[in-house]
Amino acid sequence: MEDDKSTKLSRVTFFITAITCVLLASVVFFFILPEKAIWTINAHIPAASSFASDIDWLHNMITFFVGFWFVVAQVLLFGFLFMFRRKPGVKADYIAGDTKEQKRWITVPHFLVILCDVVLIAGTILVWIKVKQELPPSERTVRVTAQQWAWIFQHPGPDGKLDTTDDVTTVDELHLEKDVIYHFELQAMDVLHSFSIPAFRLKQDAVPGRVIKGWFEPTMAGEFDIQCAEMCGIGHGLMVAKLTVAEGEEHRQWLASVNAPVTTAAANAAGTADFE
Amino acid sequence: MSDSEQENHGHHRRSLKDILFSTDHKIIGFQYTITGMLMALIGGYMAYVFRMQLAHPGEAVPGFGLVTPMDYNALVTNHGTIMIFWVAMPVLIAGFGNFLIPLMIGCDDMVFPRVNRLSFQIFFLSSLVLLASFFVEGGGFGGAWTSYPPLSAKSEYNLTPAGDTIWLVAVALEFVAFLLGGINFVTTVMNSRAKGMKMHDIPMVVWMIVIASILFMVSVGPLVAGAVMLGFDQVAGTHFYDPFSEGDPLLWQHLFWFFGHPEVYVVLLPAMGVVAEILCVFSRKKLFGYKTLLYSTFATGILSFVVWAHHQFVAGIDPRMAHLFTVTTLLISIPIAEMVFLYIATLYGGSIEFKTPMLWAIAFVAEFLIGGVTGIYLGSSGTDIYYHDSYFVVAHFHYTFVPIAIIAVFAGITYWYPKAIGRMMSDFWGKVHFWGTIISFNCIFIPLFLLGMAGQHRRIYSYEHFPELARPELQEMRGFVTASLIVMIIFQIPFLWNFIASMFTGEKAEKNPWRSNTLEWSADSPPPHGNWSELPECHRPPYEYSVPDRKEDFWPQHQPN
Repeated sequence: MEDDKSTKLSRVTFFITAITCVLLASVVFFFILPEKAIWTINAHIPAASSFASDIDWLHNMITFFVGFWFVVAQVLLFGFLFMFRRKPGVKADYIAGDTKEQKRWITVPHFLVILCDVVLIAGTILVWIKVKQELPPSERTVRVTAQQWAWIFQHPGPDGKLDTTDDVTTVDELHLEKDVIYHFELQAMDVLHSFSIPAFRLKQDAVPGRVIKGWFEPTMAGEFDIQCAEMCGIGHGLMVAKLTVAEGEEHRQWLASVNAPVTTAAANAAGTADFE
Repeated sequence: MSDSEQENHGHHRRSLKDILFSTDHKIIGFQYTITGMLMALIGGYMAYVFRMQLAHPGEAVPGFGLVTPMDYNALVTNHGTIMIFWVAMPVLIAGFGNFLIPLMIGCDDMVFPRVNRLSFQIFFLSSLVLLASFFVEGGGFGGAWTSYPPLSAKSEYNLTPAGDTIWLVAVALEFVAFLLGGINFVTTVMNSRAKGMKMHDIPMVVWMIVIASILFMVSVGPLVAGAVMLGFDQVAGTHFYDPFSEGDPLLWQHLFWFFGHPEVYVVLLPAMGVVAEILCVFSRKKLFGYKTLLYSTFATGILSFVVWAHHQFVAGIDPRMAHLFTVTTLLISIPIAEMVFLYIATLYGGSIEFKTPMLWAIAFVAEFLIGGVTGIYLGSSGTDIYYHDSYFVVAHFHYTFVPIAIIAVFAGITYWYPKAIGRMMSDFWGKVHFWGTIISFNCIFIPLFLLGMAGQHRRIYSYEHFPELARPELQEMRGFVTASLIVMIIFQIPFLWNFIASMFTGEKAEKNPWRSNTLEWSADSPPPHGNWSELPECHRPPYEYSVPDRKEDFWPQHQPN
């Protein structure tokens, strides 16, 4: 009987030690080790918009919490498999798991999971409100129109206003100025599409018959992909557009260089025949 | 043929006609399982073709030829459709459900044997209808397994004038089959239990199949209504989902996912049940917290009805709605985490023997954990903005569906094979198959998480048009994934060999080779038509293993003392 108690005790010590190690390891793993570790998003793709870092932060926070539970569960699973492998002459315990004492092994983790959920929900709601729910004030709007299988972008011209005569309309090419907050108006001509800029961490489905508003603020100059992320038919895999983010002066030069009316006409022609 | 006529045939050699038109629940279970396994081969072949295209874009795939974008879309669409509706559902619910329910609750057959036979016949028809869609003008439907309108509603958009409607009809027929099956399962379990079997004496797998059937029957109605409307849009020119005539494409998404999310649990629960049985038997332990597990399952089932819009966070719904569905989605992690804890706790203090079925059951828990925790990234609206429709989603749900439809199914097949066939499978070849499958499975899907993090989006036949995704290191990863898939497919050969050869050359199985408690092990192996000459009685709960002061470490339910 004495002996039995001491082995039980050593088991308890084993688990407490194991869990503490996991916790410490996860802190080191997710908070102290370099920022661009393989489990972070920006190790794989740059963060080029103002809210990209919020989404990356949320990703890392989730990784920390679920990583902790994942490692705890796997350590216990494989620990038990090793400790309780069949040994000749050793009979299994009879544990129903229905007394209060035994249920504590489930209820304590249960409340810890709820606690983690509450933190995660708070984090995700904050990020969501910032990215999707509240539009920060902005002077500039671009109109994004998706159709089978091209993107049409209507940029405000030098006057900064949409739907004036100096608007610049392009096909499969979006030009933005760095560090300017943009609103976008997203619409679709035929089927569902999804306006996705991975470097911005932005994604929004385009639904025919609706105009969906959103925003972004480019924070990094360069060229990025725009994808269609919703199955839209045979040309879905070709529905790519190029995003160019430039500093103010460079962007204004581009605006001046395009001959707006010609581009518009070309856009209309190309829009219908693009897939050919 | 009448039932009584068939009764007479029971002890003779069964003719082909008897087998094809049998009302015996075991035969119907086999029919479902075999059909499901054949469909799995077809679904696996599709995965091979489109993975080869991704690894070597534009090159002819051996055994298929050049993959056009049209082919690619049809392949990914039907791979998903087949694996969920024609593999996971028939094998887990209908296959295991039909075979196990009467045997585990101790009755001679389902309460409606002919409805049961009709269920399989309709299911079989639905498989043929689906496969036929590849041979019509325009080819198979390619609008993704979610079939979102307006793409799916008009052939000028999807360019598959016949394929889209045939796909829809096949899915609808499949639902009819499972509605008939579900009615049977629930009614049988509620009415035909062995004398003495109380609600809490029902084996967990039976409970799980019943709860799954209820979830299916409650959730499928809205989708059938939606499918009828979609069908009318396709063939009769109605405008239910047509935004240019005051219809609304988002309506379909709500109807689809109101079914689609419970559907995940419809296939998950039977798998969890199978695993619970095996964990107890091979660790010689009583299931830890039977009632807690049961009530967690009910909680999961109920919660699964209020999470559907997490598939639509960025679909154009009101952004404020996302908060509600984030909360419910993360809440569902609580009962699921609890179920996993209970499984791990069941192993505590056990005497664990690593036979093939046990390896599969353990792998289910270990791998499903990956699928479970990565779901949090997608249930959180904030990160879902980035991950929606990316390969992160693909990797996530394969880490749930492969444990469900592959790992748990192999666990179940290797565990109940001796009962079903009357012979043992080879443990050695079982383990070769196990390790080959598990290692290659992880090699396929871990890289897909990384590709998803790099921004790779789904259902693209070639990434060479996307500069960010055409980088050589990502292309190498795609090649590695494809190679791993081929290895995984090759490792199914030992299983098929083991499965077929053991029927003829396997060691004869005794009644109860695993020394289990549940009632099916008190019948002959294989059980005759009618299962027992005298129906068993149930004397105790199903998991009385290693009861103190007993010589044997198991205590079968049918044993009087």
